[in-house]
Order: sequence, then C-alpha cells, then structure tokens
Amino acid sequence: MSDLLQVALFTLGVALLGTALILAPGVALGWVLARRRWPGKAAVETLVALPLVIPPVATGLILLKLFGRHGLFGRFFEQTLGVEIVFTWKAVVLATAVMSFPLLVRTARVAFDEINPRFEEAARTLGAGPWDVFWTVTLPLGARGLLAGCVLAFARALGEFGATVMIAGMIPGQTITLALGIYHEVQLGRDAEALKLLAISVVLAFAAVWLSERLLRRRTT
Amino acid sequence: MTSARIHGGDTSGRTAPIRFSFCLDHGGFVLDLELAVPGRGVTALFGPSGAGKTTCLRAIAGLERVPGGFLEVGGEVWQDESRGIFRPVHRRALGYIFQETTLFPHLSVSRNLDYGRHRRRANAPPVDSDHLIGLLDIGPLLDRRPDTLSGGERQRVAIARALLASPQLLLLDEPLASLDLARKSEILPCLEQLHHELEIPVIYVSHAIDEVVRLADHLVLLAGGRVAASGPLAETLARLDLPEAFADEAGMVVEGTVGASDPAYGLVRLDFPGGSVHVAHAAEPAGRRLRFQIKARDVSVALEKPRDTSILNLVPAKVVAVAETAGAAHVLVRLDAGGTPFVARVTRLSRDRLKLEPGTAVWAQIKAVAVLA
Repeated sequence: MSDLLQVALFTLGVALLGTALILAPGVALGWVLARRRWPGKAAVETLVALPLVIPPVATGLILLKLFGRHGLFGRFFEQTLGVEIVFTWKAVVLATAVMSFPLLVRTARVAFDEINPRFEEAARTLGAGPWDVFWTVTLPLGARGLLAGCVLAFARALGEFGATVMIAGMIPGQTITLALGIYHEVQLGRDAEALKLLAISVVLAFAAVWLSERLLRRRTT
Repeated sequence: MTSARIHGGDTSGRTAPIRFSFCLDHGGFVLDLELAVPGRGVTALFGPSGAGKTTCLRAIAGLERVPGGFLEVGGEVWQDESRGIFRPVHRRALGYIFQETTLFPHLSVSRNLDYGRHRRRANAPPVDSDHLIGLLDIGPLLDRRPDTLSGGERQRVAIARALLASPQLLLLDEPLASLDLARKSEILPCLEQLHHELEIPVIYVSHAIDEVVRLADHLVLLAGGRVAASGPLAETLARLDLPEAFADEAGMVVEGTVGASDPAYGLVRLDFPGGSVHVAHAAEPAGRRLRFQIKARDVSVALEKPRDTSILNLVPAKVVAVAETAGAAHVLVRLDAGGTPFVARVTRLSRDRLKLEPGTAVWAQIKAVAVLA
C-alpha cells in the first residue's frame, strides 16, 4: 500500500513540478506568439509543436541524446553543475515538462489572441507601462484560457509514458510513475497491482478535472 | 457660462497649439498631414471614412508610430523622429476614447475609474472626481459590472476614467458612432457640458456633421489623408469652396447670447455681433450663451428691406463672395453681417437679377434657425 501511495504522490509531484516549470516560459512564449511579429517565429512555432506530432518515444530519444552523459546539455549539467539527469527523477520531470509545453503554449496563445487589443491600448493611454498592462489587463483577461492550459498540461504530465520511459527508465522507487507502474506490473503479471494503480489514476484525473471546473466557474461569476 | 472646474494637464503652456506632421504610405492609403490646432477648445477632425481621421488620432496618441513624424503638445515635444524622440503612449498625458467599449470587463465601474485615477502623472493637477461623476451622471453605476451597462453609460464611464488620469489632451474617436439616436441624445449634453468646463484641448473625430456643429470650436476637414481645410468652426463651415463636403448641411454656426424672451409668442431673441434673430424656443435666462445653426438653404437675400413679410429675421449684410458650381441652378453667397459670416443659397437667376457681387449691400432673410445648445 505504501508503495502505491509513494507512486501516486511521486506522479502528482512530478506533474505539478513539470507544470510549474513551464508555466512562466509557456505563458511568455504564448504571449510573444500572439502579440509580436518577429523573424524566426514560424521556426519556433514548429519546434514547440514538435512533441505533439512526433511519437513520444521519439521525443524521449531526442532528450536522451541531448541530456545523456555525452549529450550537448548532459555534459554541461554533469561536468559544470555536477547534476546527473538521465535515469533519475529529474528526467521524469524533464520528460513531462517537454511533453506538456506545446499544450500550454498553444492554449496560452489562443487565450491572448482572443483578447481585444483595444483593452491593452486603453490601459496604455491611461498611463500603464508594458508590465503594468500585462499584469493588470492581459493576464486577468486571459486567466480562464491560461488556467485551462495549465490543467491540460498537468493532465498530460500525469499520463506521460513514452518520453519518460526512454529517458528515465523504469526504476522502482525512483522513476516509476502511475503510467509506468501500470505497464510495469502488467509486464510482471501482477494484474491486481496494475488495477490498483489504474484506480488511483482515475481518481486523480477526476479530481483534477473537478478542481479546474470549479476554478473556471469562480472566475466567471 | 460655468466656470472651469475640471482641470487637467500642466498649466504651463496650456494654450500652446498642438502641432504635428505625419506622413505615411500604407500601400494605397496615404496620410500626409501637417497641421497646428488650438491648444484650447474642441477641434473636430471631420471627413468621410477612409479619410485618415482615426489613423491621425492614433498617431497623436502614439498607438501608431509614424516614421518621420513630429508632434508637439502644450509646448512639449512628444515625437520628433529626426531627433530620435518618441515618447511611449503611457508617458503621454492623454485620454483616449475609442469607438468600441474599452471598459475592463474584469473590473467594476468604480475600479475602472480607479485604474485611471491611480495612474495620474506625478505632476498632473488633481481632478474633482465627485464633480466629474455628477456631471457625467454615473454615480448610480459605480458598483455595476461593465457588461451590465448600456452603450451610452459605457462611453460616459470611459470618458470619466480618461479624465480622472488628468490628461493634458483628450482624444475622442467617434465616441457616439456605435450608439443609437436615443443614446446619442443622452450623451451629447454631457459632452457639451464638458466642453464648457474642460480646460484641456479636445480632438474629436467624427463623420457626423451634426455632432461637429454642436461640439466643435475648430474644424479640420480631412479628405484622402490630406487636410482640405482647417479653421474656426463658423468660418470653415461658411467657406464657399467646400460645400460638397457638407452636402446639404452647408451653412454656418453662430454663438450668441440670449436677449429678451417672449413667452407669449414662444420666442427668444438671440444677439450676436452684427445683429439678432428670433427663435421659437422655450424661455431662457438672459445672457446665457447658445449656439445655433443657420443653413444656407434657409437664407435668402433682398436688396431692399422687405416689408409685410412673414419672415421674422432680417439682418443687414454685405456680399463677400459668390461661388457657383458649373451647371448648378443654385449659387452660394457668402455674406458678412457686422463680423458674423452667413451663407445664402440662391438661384443663379436671382443672382443675375439682383446683380449680387462682392460689396453689394443686402438684407439676409433667415427662414429657420436651429438652436444647437
């Protein structure tokens, strides 16, 4: 039972941390894509959407090559910071963050696109500087969409499998999340354990959807 | 006239004119403006859609950055690209009223007002907020959400919000365009009252001549991105070379004072430099300033003072100029009545019979006078 609880809490923690990590850059990128024109915009849009269109396992492989001991980033992390990423819990967070990022960026972009720019212009004529406008007008007006984007990213993180299994492996007690756990138990023929993990997944998913509905409703009233 | 009580802007250089020059070419849409408008009172930017009115207003606000542009307000240079000066929008002490509603939907009316109030520039004079709220009649709306307000109420709150930031210049972009007739007539008196009380210059964009003649002191006529005419309202409206711009509304606007009222006949006498007219109007306190409009088609001329005529208003005047459009049956005659300009529309035949030419002394017969405010 304590193993089950450990897996559930680990999954929840990883999903929350992964979502929190991408929140600021995701919202910022969504805003820049919605409100600014710059060279290379199309390339960045494609790059961000990549994890959505290629198989998660392929994304995992790319991450493994980049963050592995001999990878571009992996070497930097290990030699300069002394941090090992691959096959640790950090790799799980990395995988979920990368997989959730495009969902958050796309939802944030749509949320900002839907705001009539006249509101922001009016705020500027009333003496609000760029950051002031963003915090007091853009963010509150986009709040519903941004919240929906966070829920989407969080839900995606909860269920991440393909990229995670490539870069973090299945190490009991260290990198096993609910999704990995279900596969792992079934492979070992322990169907009862797998069903328990399944039940926990369903409960978590329900709780997340219920919470987001409540938050969204409060914003509208 | 009410004393000015709503202050705004820096008192130094308040009456310095607003000078600007904006040239741009957006593939077909050309703007080529170089203009100075008074630093007091209401200037109307008038013209058909596509004339460049809104673009000009956005350029003044800094919402649109025109390369090579120049703008000076109240003696301060806000933009001079030749010297690399471009003051960003939020550092320009201005109020801007958009055509569509821009009240922040996530804030109540009073918090919308606070948004402007809290961002008042450090050295800007304070604004009498209670007086302003009373004047615009938005007191009962303070706790409401913007989406529960009518179009007219929203624009009144938007005007209050802009003025609470104590701007040095107020810009209005067709604030009545999205309103129906009833809403318009609810908001126009507020704008007129503001006009009397505001000490800051106002630039008012409109394509509706009736709003312009009620509110403006100075008229700028735009056509195809260029200035077709610019000058004091009465003079510009009476210009004979622009009649097509004003279509059937050609005529002039006079500001006069109420003389005697005659409630028995339901008439009020209005005095203006050079004469007076009687108008069917409810009694008014003597001395009150009223603005009234006389259209060219309601003015005819006679060489002798007509007797036994039903026309009440006869004003002695001199012909200043005659303008005719080739092939048209009518000509426009510009008259001068002791300093006040009038325009009469007469047939070409009458012009020839009466031998009307500059210098001819005539009697202007005024058939109708419309009191505007």
